[in-house]
Amino acid sequence: MATRIEITPTVEDARARMRKRQIEGMGFDGKIQGVQLVDVYTVDAPLERNDLQRVGSMLADTITESASVDTPQAPEKFDWAIEVGFHPGVTDNVATTAREGLEDLLKTKLQPDQGVYSSQVTFLQGDLSQADVEKIASTMANPLIQRTAIKSFDVFRRDQGMGVVVPQVRLGLEPSVDTVDILQADDAALALIGKKGIANVDGTRRGPLALDLKYMQAIQAHFRKLGRNPTDVELESVAQTWSEHCKHTIFADPLDDITEGLFKRYIRGATEQIRRAKGTKDFCVSVFKDNSGAIAFDDQWLVTDKVETHNSPSALDPFGGAITGIVGVNRDTIGFGLGARPVINRYAFCFADPKDTDPLYKGEGRTQQMLPPRRIMEGVIRGVNVGGNCSGIPTHPGSLFFDQRYEGKPLVFVGTVGIIPRETAGRLSHEKQAQSSDYIVMIGGRVGKDGIHGATFSSEAMDAGSPATAVQIGDPITQKKLSDALIDEARDLGLYTSLTDNGAGGLSCSVAEMAQEAGGCHVDLEKVPVKYQGLAPWEIWISESQERMTLSVPKENWGRLQELLQRRRVEATVIGEFTNSGKCVVEYKGKTVMDMEMEFLHHGLPQRPMQSTYKRVVHEEPSLPDLEDLTQTFHQMLGRLNIASFAFIAQQYDHEVQGGSVIKPLQGRGRVNGDATVTRPVLDSQKGVVVSQAMNPSYSDIHTYHMAASAIDTAIRNAIAVGADLEHLALLDNFCWCSPDDPERLGQLKEAARACHDYAIAFGTPWISGKDSMHNDFKGYDKDGKPVKISVPPTLLVSSLGVIDNVQNAVSLDAKIEGDLVYVLGQTYQELGGSEYYAMIGEQERGKGYLGNAVPQVDAHRNKTLYNALTDCIKEGLVASAQSVHRGGLAVALAKTAIGGKLGMEIDLEQFPSQVSRDDFALFSESQGRLVVTVAPQYKEQFEQHMQGNAFAAIGKVTGDAIFRIRGITGKTIVDANIKTMEHAYTETFRGY
Amino acid sequence: MTTPKALVLTGYGINCSRETQFAFTQAGAQADIVHINDLIDGQRRLENYQILTFSGGFSYGDDTGSGNGLANRIRNNLWEKVAEFVEKDHLVLGICNGFQALVRLGLLPAVNKNYGTQQVSLLHNDGAQYLDRWVDLECSQISPWLKGVDRMSLPIAHGEGKLYAPPEVLEQLQQRDLIAARYVSGTMCVYQHLPANPNGSLDDIAALSDESGRILGMMPHPERAIAFTHLPHWSLIKEIVKRIGASVPKTCLGLQIFENGVKYFK
Repeated sequence: MATRIEITPTVEDARARMRKRQIEGMGFDGKIQGVQLVDVYTVDAPLERNDLQRVGSMLADTITESASVDTPQAPEKFDWAIEVGFHPGVTDNVATTAREGLEDLLKTKLQPDQGVYSSQVTFLQGDLSQADVEKIASTMANPLIQRTAIKSFDVFRRDQGMGVVVPQVRLGLEPSVDTVDILQADDAALALIGKKGIANVDGTRRGPLALDLKYMQAIQAHFRKLGRNPTDVELESVAQTWSEHCKHTIFADPLDDITEGLFKRYIRGATEQIRRAKGTKDFCVSVFKDNSGAIAFDDQWLVTDKVETHNSPSALDPFGGAITGIVGVNRDTIGFGLGARPVINRYAFCFADPKDTDPLYKGEGRTQQMLPPRRIMEGVIRGVNVGGNCSGIPTHPGSLFFDQRYEGKPLVFVGTVGIIPRETAGRLSHEKQAQSSDYIVMIGGRVGKDGIHGATFSSEAMDAGSPATAVQIGDPITQKKLSDALIDEARDLGLYTSLTDNGAGGLSCSVAEMAQEAGGCHVDLEKVPVKYQGLAPWEIWISESQERMTLSVPKENWGRLQELLQRRRVEATVIGEFTNSGKCVVEYKGKTVMDMEMEFLHHGLPQRPMQSTYKRVVHEEPSLPDLEDLTQTFHQMLGRLNIASFAFIAQQYDHEVQGGSVIKPLQGRGRVNGDATVTRPVLDSQKGVVVSQAMNPSYSDIHTYHMAASAIDTAIRNAIAVGADLEHLALLDNFCWCSPDDPERLGQLKEAARACHDYAIAFGTPWISGKDSMHNDFKGYDKDGKPVKISVPPTLLVSSLGVIDNVQNAVSLDAKIEGDLVYVLGQTYQELGGSEYYAMIGEQERGKGYLGNAVPQVDAHRNKTLYNALTDCIKEGLVASAQSVHRGGLAVALAKTAIGGKLGMEIDLEQFPSQVSRDDFALFSESQGRLVVTVAPQYKEQFEQHMQGNAFAAIGKVTGDAIFRIRGITGKTIVDANIKTMEHAYTETFRGY
Repeated sequence: MTTPKALVLTGYGINCSRETQFAFTQAGAQADIVHINDLIDGQRRLENYQILTFSGGFSYGDDTGSGNGLANRIRNNLWEKVAEFVEKDHLVLGICNGFQALVRLGLLPAVNKNYGTQQVSLLHNDGAQYLDRWVDLECSQISPWLKGVDRMSLPIAHGEGKLYAPPEVLEQLQQRDLIAARYVSGTMCVYQHLPANPNGSLDDIAALSDESGRILGMMPHPERAIAFTHLPHWSLIKEIVKRIGASVPKTCLGLQIFENGVKYFK
């Protein structure tokens, strides 16, 4: 018999107040008189009442809460009660902590069939209908992972409470291993298995394998040779390993004349060429072969970086998707070499306009409604908040980009920078090799049904068949314990020979990947610790349940490692042995359920040569009114979603933990969002790590080559602005594309990749890591139930990672002192194609942004000269502030500098280096290679000397009053503003978020 | 002159132990990071230390209430050793999540030396959101940790830092001078135009001490404010002092808390 322990606040509860405000914001303003929350712990274990009472006291805050056992708590006055709890099997972190506390307090151990479950009741007082309450409840729970119960006052009284619900997982069938008949299957049957998955006995399908016909035929041919059908374990395993998510076939396979594939030619090819050219100055240490890329930090340390995406899960469960994204990419750091320590998290999010409320449906007949953009946005932001903050990793530079085409799938980029000593326990720490006869050890969380088919699911467009089981919830604390035990202790004791993350594809990928180092593996699946009984072997093998790593442990070290991990409360289990058999063999309860050659598993996938086309589309060239006074336009630009302050995100992410922050995400008096940050990852060193990033998806609509070039130039320029040096700056690429079966999209991809090659080489900045996500399409139904396909604009996030010698040379973006000179560096062209200005004017004039054609183009040679000159000036301390010019153009960069310093500016553009014919183009052109810097008058000469040969001009002065005035190209005043109104415009957009 | 030994607790999601250890080391202490389970199973001994630090983080993910999981772990396994430790002429420092745990354990404020009974509480911020920013503090002189520090600016980063005390307890805190630091408007609030009190804390309370002053708990993070470049406006200060030909400071005031801890034993 389960018991409800209820915790009721006895003082004012900020959470309840916040919830009231949220509900009021849904159109119930003035209708809600009161909101009260009650936290519920359902204990499913036969405990003495006295003990339960002790547990209640332990869970409650004795000053501000009261605990009750089996006595439903409710405020005296309420009209409705809504309870939200988790579905069976969903990670419930609060319950886990409660259970541990209970066991510690009562010195007992709950049995496997006993448990603790958390839920929360919200009591509402107000004149609300059942439909109103259902609407409110729908915003409090995600039906994929949570259950909701609603009771009116009368029903609550009649039932004497909400009732006891035990969300225990009960799986019916005794799990078995099935053989999948593919030997006899025709092409149609093969294609069906590949698309919808293996058939269950009842005719339903297990979910996408994302194997196309050509792959299925290759598998069929392989098993024909063996003269047998594959087991479900084998087929699922191949599907994971061959998934686009894991093998990146679109970057690997021949495209047109590029027989070696885009990655080898354009990405790795560029890096190899740069490294050769750099010779002894090459700072790359481990690129493209491990979970992260690594470059030199100093003689003792390496710094690593990796950026991932978690788009598909975030579309279904924004919080769960984002938290598993950030905590997952942390494991790409922990899983680098012998284990790096995460020191910086980074993020970039692409959403649809959060004000948009038109519903979108996955299912026909307006069923399976997608979450609205604002909920996706808030859930994603909160996911990275909890994931980063709970893990004690500072979350730094962020980027936001809004476009309606992210409505079906948001893009959630999350990255982690790590630090690792060059040597540990007498070994080079970036090298690892599992040895034959090492134990295969799984550590961290247990395996459940969560995260089944994540890898294959994200290798397809999202539609009504997208599996709910692909959703997971992260548990940062379990991972923190694992991370501490490995990085702070086990690594430096030399207790393991290799490790990797259990991410996409779960054990099937991590074990098979490490088996390549040793030459084979033998796994006993029944030894894998599971969250609950009844999982089928194939599920155990491919589940992506979170917070797990796989280690290879020499047998003689196992005892010590096991003892250490036990004391750190990290679960660790030997699940098999690495071998040199050349095979991946998996057993379950004494039966062989998988017996495959490593060669076929890893290299058996056939190539799929692709053909691309690329048509240049000529867009309408807008003819805009040429206003004399651009003051209003200027303010409107500052409030654009793509420009406005998102301080509300930066301030809810701990960016100072670990004690290394130097240039913070919010800078200056005006707390302006910076484009780059500087951190000291090694506390007793003055050396710093610079991180920045950039993307320009709107340019893709005009030309993806220039889109990519601009993203690269902007990411570099953002880093240069805070003090980075091109000599020690590396790049990471994250392609988020769409419809890869469309030759046009492939043509766009090819052009973007070509730019990655050309510009990386031109700047001498090597790519060190990257990831692509090719299927960012949504197939569903619009508000009228009409079929729609929404594809994201081709999006390339470029991230930079740099090392600087002395953090005290770093520069922030805010204007510092009255009287300082304002310079613009770089040439301004009439380049407004894809600009924020065109988008805004188009929206104002016709409800849809203009595109134009003159997309910014990058002259890398010229920009490189300019950046190097600026780096010299910064190292000599000549620059008081620096702000890269990007989205929104020169006017926005000047405004950020001024708002940052809360100082005025007098600007004169009559003589500035440009080829523009109009004032609005001067202000809002997005030409690349430009920066706004301020310089003390006493350094004027020195500064200008360094800048000789570059396009630059002193265009004005920082003033002590709050007046911000710009005179245009003919000398007339075109913007007459003050810092207060500018700051208001800049900060108003996301007020209340 | 002796070098005091500081134990910096870690485990279960505590995540500021490394920088806290570094701050103590910079201040001249010998600081060790010790896993709580190593204290429980006796592999490491609290008796070997003079300073016990509960550093910041997310012990147990703040689940069941911030600091509660850690407090329960200590109460259920280590209480006698900790009680013995605080009875001696030792120092205890709790930062952020560590402060929350001390409050839950009843080591702070321990009015009437009633160690072990929770008397106040730290609630969700009024903004109901996690918040990272800098605050200005006005400090009392009751605790040796804060000796010579009247005012200082430090960063905060928390979701549950709003101090609540029943009226009669608040009165005791005020009368016995146990409010070790209050949020006030100073350099940082003026610099970034922020309200003094970041979370709605009662009576602007940012830190508490016990009656001996030897136990200090604070929401702000002094270990994140020990180097000049920790300051949000260090690059502005750098510009100002450079132009008058002066040199920039090396450290930041948070370090003094750790130095005070070390000096207490010298």
